[in-house]
Amino acid sequence: MALLSRTPRAPLEYSRTLWMRLWVGAVMVFLYAPLIVLMIFSFNDSKRNVVWRGFTMKYYDKALNNDVLVEALVNSLTIAALATVVSLILGAISAVMLWRFRFPLKGAVDGTISLPIIVPEICMGVAFLMFFAKVQWPTDLIWPLNLSAITIAHITFCFPFVTMVVRSRLASFNREQEEAAKDLGAGEWQMFRDVLIPHMKPALIAGALLSFTLSLDDFVITYFTSGPDTVTFPVKVYSMLRFSVTPEVNAASTILIILTIVLTAIALKLQGVKAIAETH
Amino acid sequence: MAEQDWKTNKRVFAAVSLPTLLWTILFFAIPMAIVWVYSFGQNAGLNEIDISGTLDNYKRATEWLYLGIFGKSFAVAALVTLICLIVGFPVAMAITFASEKWRPWLLLGIMLPFWTNLLVRTYALMIILGQQGYANKGLEALWGGASWIKTLIGLQPLPTWEPAQLLFNNFAVVFGLVYVHLPFMVLPLYAALDRLDRSLVEASLDLGAGHFRTIMRIVVPLAAPGIVAGVMITLIPALGAYLTPDLMGGTDSQMIANVIERQFKKANDWPFGAALSFILIYAMFILIALQSMRRKVPELH
Repeated sequence: MALLSRTPRAPLEYSRTLWMRLWVGAVMVFLYAPLIVLMIFSFNDSKRNVVWRGFTMKYYDKALNNDVLVEALVNSLTIAALATVVSLILGAISAVMLWRFRFPLKGAVDGTISLPIIVPEICMGVAFLMFFAKVQWPTDLIWPLNLSAITIAHITFCFPFVTMVVRSRLASFNREQEEAAKDLGAGEWQMFRDVLIPHMKPALIAGALLSFTLSLDDFVITYFTSGPDTVTFPVKVYSMLRFSVTPEVNAASTILIILTIVLTAIALKLQGVKAIAETH
Repeated sequence: MAEQDWKTNKRVFAAVSLPTLLWTILFFAIPMAIVWVYSFGQNAGLNEIDISGTLDNYKRATEWLYLGIFGKSFAVAALVTLICLIVGFPVAMAITFASEKWRPWLLLGIMLPFWTNLLVRTYALMIILGQQGYANKGLEALWGGASWIKTLIGLQPLPTWEPAQLLFNNFAVVFGLVYVHLPFMVLPLYAALDRLDRSLVEASLDLGAGHFRTIMRIVVPLAAPGIVAGVMITLIPALGAYLTPDLMGGTDSQMIANVIERQFKKANDWPFGAALSFILIYAMFILIALQSMRRKVPELH
C-alpha cells in the first residue's frame, strides 16, 4: 500500500501503514460479512442457507404475506415512534431541569434518572414483568392501546439516553443568550421555544435516532413485558429462530437492515456524517 | 449566570421536573422496589407469593451451582472485554489518525452495525458459524490446503475434514459477544484518542522511541480514562447478556441472565429470580464504584 501512496507517510499517519489497513479491513469484514451473507441468502431459492440455488423474491412475498410478521413489524414501528416522541419530551425537559436548576437531592435525582442506562436489561425486564402483573395492567385492549405496557417500558429505558445527549449539548449554551432573550421581553415559554430548542436541535435529532433504534432493537425487555397477544418484530423473529428457521427470517431481517440504513441516511442528510459521528 | 435556585422560579421548575420525576418514580423506582421486596419472599401456592422477609433466596444464590454461573458469566464478560480491547484499540487508533475525509466514514462503518438489530446480527452470525456455514467452508479449504502441502512434501495427507462444531458451545458465545460488543469498545476509545495531544506522540517519536513503545508508554496512559470507559461499557452489557448465550450457546454456556429468565418462565420461582436480579445489579454497582474510585486516584497526586 505504501508503494501506491503519492506523498510519503508522516509519522503520525498510522492509518496509512499497511498492517493498520489490514487490521481495519479485517474488522470491517468481521462486522459486515455476516450481514451481507444474510442479505444475499434472502434471495436464495432454497430452504436452507447453504448453497446458492438461484435468485428468487418468493421469501419476501411470503414474509410480507405473513400476517403475524407484518403485524409485529407495524407494532414495533408504532412503539418506536411513540417511545421516541415521549422520550424526546422527557429527555429534553429533564436535561433542562438538571442544567438550569439547583435543588435539594439533585445528585440523587441525577443518579436515578441515569440508572436505567446501567441496570442490566434482564433486570429491567423482570421489574416490568412484576410491576405490570402487580398493578394488573389490562392486556386485552384494542390496538394500539395493547402496546401501552411495552411502550412505557421502552420510554423508561430510552429517555435517559436523550437526557444524556441533550445535557452535554446544553453545556455549550451561552447563557447570555438567555438573558438577552429575557431583556428583549421573551417569556419563559418563548425563550424555551425560540432560543433553547434551536440550540438543542442537533442533540434532539441524535436523541431521536438513538431512542428509535434502541426501541426497535430491544428484545429482552419486550420479551418480558409483552402479553400473549402483543408481538413485536424482535420477539417474532426470536420465536421463528427458536422453532423454525425459514428463509422468511432472512427476508424479514433484510427488510430491517435496509430500514436501519434508510434511517441512517436520513440522519446523515439532516446532520452530515461528522455531526452524527460526534454525537456518540 | 450560574445554576438557578429552584425556589426563584417554581413554576418553570415544576414544569420541567414533575413529568420526569413522576415517570421515573412510577415506572422505574416502583418496579425496581417491587423486585427488591419480592426477593425476600417465597412461593406460597401456585400464583401467590408470600413476602416473609426470608433470606432463603439469597442463601440459595450462594450455592455452588449459582456461584459457578456467576463466576462463569464474569469470566466470559472479562474475556469478551479483553478481546474487544485488543481488536478495537488499533481500529480506534486508525480512525483517530485517518484523514479528515475518511474519519467520519470509518466511524459510520463502526456505528452502523451498532444500530442494526441485535437479533438480526446474532442470526447472521449463526448462519456463518453453522455446520455448513462459510466459517466451516473456509476452515475446510485451509485443511485441504494443508493436506495438499503435506502430500507435496511427501508426507501422509491429513485425515478427511470433519465439520467443526462452531455453534452451540462456549466458543460461539464468546465469539458472538465480541461481534455484538465491538462497537461499544471502539467508540469510547476513539473519543479518548481524539482528545489526545498529538505533539506528545510526536515528541516521543522524535526522541527516538519506536511506535510500539510510544503507544504503550504515551498513548495508552493518556487514553486511560477512555480505555476504562470502554471496558465498562463493554463489560456491563456483556455480563448481563441474555440473547447471545441463549441462541448461540450450548447446554453448558448459560450465563446469569439465562438463569434469571428461567426463574420467570419455566421454573416459575419469582422470588429467587428477583434475588438473582438484585445480585446482578449489586455487581454492576460494585463495578461502577471501582471505576469511579480509579478516576479519583490521579486527582490526589
